[in-house]
Amino acid sequence: MTSEAILPLMVLVPLLGAGASLVVARLRTMQTAVTFTVAAGTTILSIALLLKVDADGPIRAVTSIPEAPIGVTLDLYADRFASLMLVIAMLMLLAVLLYSAGQKAAGEMSIWYQPAYLVMVAGVSAAFVTADLFNLFVAVELLLLSSYVLIMLEGNDEQIRSGTTYVVLNVLESTLLLMAVALVFAATGTLSFFALPAAIAELPSGIQTGLNLLLLAAFGLKAAIFPLFSWLPDSYPAAPGPVTAVFAGLLTKIGVYALIRTQTLLFPDTNRTLLMWIAGLTMIIGVLGAIAQSDMKRILSFHIVSQIGYMVMGLALGGVAALTATIFFVLHQIPIKTSLFLVEGIVEAETGTSRLDRVGGMARRSGPLAFMFMLSAMSLAGIPPLSGFVGKVGIVTAGLDQQEWVLVAVALLVSLFTLVSMLKIWSGLFWGDVMPVDPRKGVLRHHRRMSAAAASVVALGVGIALAAGPLYSFTERAAEDLYLPAEISEAIVGDSK
Amino acid sequence: MSWAMATLIGLQGAAGTYLLLHRSLTRIILGIGLLANAVNLIALTAGGSPGSPPIIGEGGETADPLPQALVLTAIVIGLGVTAFLLATALRSWTIDGNDDVEDDIEDVRLARAALESDRSSGPDPTTSDSEFTGGLDEVPEAGDS
Repeated sequence: MTSEAILPLMVLVPLLGAGASLVVARLRTMQTAVTFTVAAGTTILSIALLLKVDADGPIRAVTSIPEAPIGVTLDLYADRFASLMLVIAMLMLLAVLLYSAGQKAAGEMSIWYQPAYLVMVAGVSAAFVTADLFNLFVAVELLLLSSYVLIMLEGNDEQIRSGTTYVVLNVLESTLLLMAVALVFAATGTLSFFALPAAIAELPSGIQTGLNLLLLAAFGLKAAIFPLFSWLPDSYPAAPGPVTAVFAGLLTKIGVYALIRTQTLLFPDTNRTLLMWIAGLTMIIGVLGAIAQSDMKRILSFHIVSQIGYMVMGLALGGVAALTATIFFVLHQIPIKTSLFLVEGIVEAETGTSRLDRVGGMARRSGPLAFMFMLSAMSLAGIPPLSGFVGKVGIVTAGLDQQEWVLVAVALLVSLFTLVSMLKIWSGLFWGDVMPVDPRKGVLRHHRRMSAAAASVVALGVGIALAAGPLYSFTERAAEDLYLPAEISEAIVGDSK
Repeated sequence: MSWAMATLIGLQGAAGTYLLLHRSLTRIILGIGLLANAVNLIALTAGGSPGSPPIIGEGGETADPLPQALVLTAIVIGLGVTAFLLATALRSWTIDGNDDVEDDIEDVRLARAALESDRSSGPDPTTSDSEFTGGLDEVPEAGDS
């Protein structure tokens, strides 16, 4: 098997797997076996891709119709950034699948869960390996459509209420994205990531700004940046536990990935003041919203928004140093955010709620659970030596180098507020008297698969901190890739001929 | 792009946006349909002048098939999303007899708290509490006064 074949397989395997798991939908054990095989297979493929890309440089797979007078091609491409994101995303999706298999024993999950989940895996893969705007649109649609199904899986009152907002807002987002894609095509006549940088650079600056802002709005809505974030804290908490975890960890980050991709590739070093304002306001508003909440799921949902601000800050600063830190930060956020929601899911499965005033003393009931939460929460707040610290230091250092004092001050202040709201969860849920009264002993023993999945995600987060040195130099190479699209693409076009 | 096409897209987009701002999910779905088709027309006009089909061997100038593929994909996706939203509207109607998009619970809680603190410091503390038990939609309006 040649290395180019991995790229289409990353999308095909989960998509065909989704079909297979639909066929055997009535046989639950069989369905679970199919889903796990497919998810594990995709994860192995992504790791193989990462090793290959790091050794030999970016991979491009082009399929075209030879007789066509105008190039009709399916263009897939993976550089270090994309393949790194793929590996971490696939690991998360596998862990959350294990976690939801633990929940399914309680009869909570419908038979449509796993097929929809695999379609989402395919969408996530497709978003990372695509090399043109049209396929990016299709990939985003693929994962959005399956996310609509997942967020309203139980179809109860609460899910319909908040799911409607989610669906309508995201349909609006895809409409904006389609409009942006159509206008980019109208202006340049191409949608390929390789041809676009040169084509866009030739456009009048007014048209460039218009296209840039339209893409920024479309992907910003997906990434939940200020002022387009208000749908997120409302809709995520209502979804089933594992679904929230994977949405929180992955889906917003795909918006961020698309933002980084389009901004560095198509519009390098433009609109930086606007992005800095967005970054600062996203950080502050998100964290203040989190402090005001009194439910663990909602606090964490606001934190998604706040942390997106750091990623946009790194993007706004620009340059290899800032982007290195940003890629590392995204890499660390995915497992950390997922693990916090997984811990929340265990608390909720045990007590029936995650409201701070209804639950207490979880640390007394389960030390290991409290320890898992603490590790991830400290990492989120950026306490050394955990992974959040490394990412934030990188972004803040880049900010200091460029003398953006205000933005750096905001970032540090928000970090402090993050700690405050994590302490709020800690003192509300984990300390204090045991509530509800008369609990059973041994929380983790009753949720074996869920705790195993949560523990492995926490361990992955700690692993990122332990391997921070080699990973950081890897993300540095990934950031250098981002800034050399033209040279790389020419080299690859040359190779494939 | 001709003026007629531009006007059509503009009007359709405006009508879609107007419908999208309503509370009733049925109207929102109609709005999404209009808006999505306005965007489809944009993509179609991006494909070049009318009269040149994107088919090889038809003779004459062959148009770039990419916008057509884009629009076809968008139409199919739009169909799926509309069907899903209609099912959501039906479920919403089955649950509580209407298809209105409801307020965020936290917004309602805040509005209620603001209303209560307003009442307790207001000039007329004897007002009956019965208004607090009214429909959720009434709370934000009362909070404005």
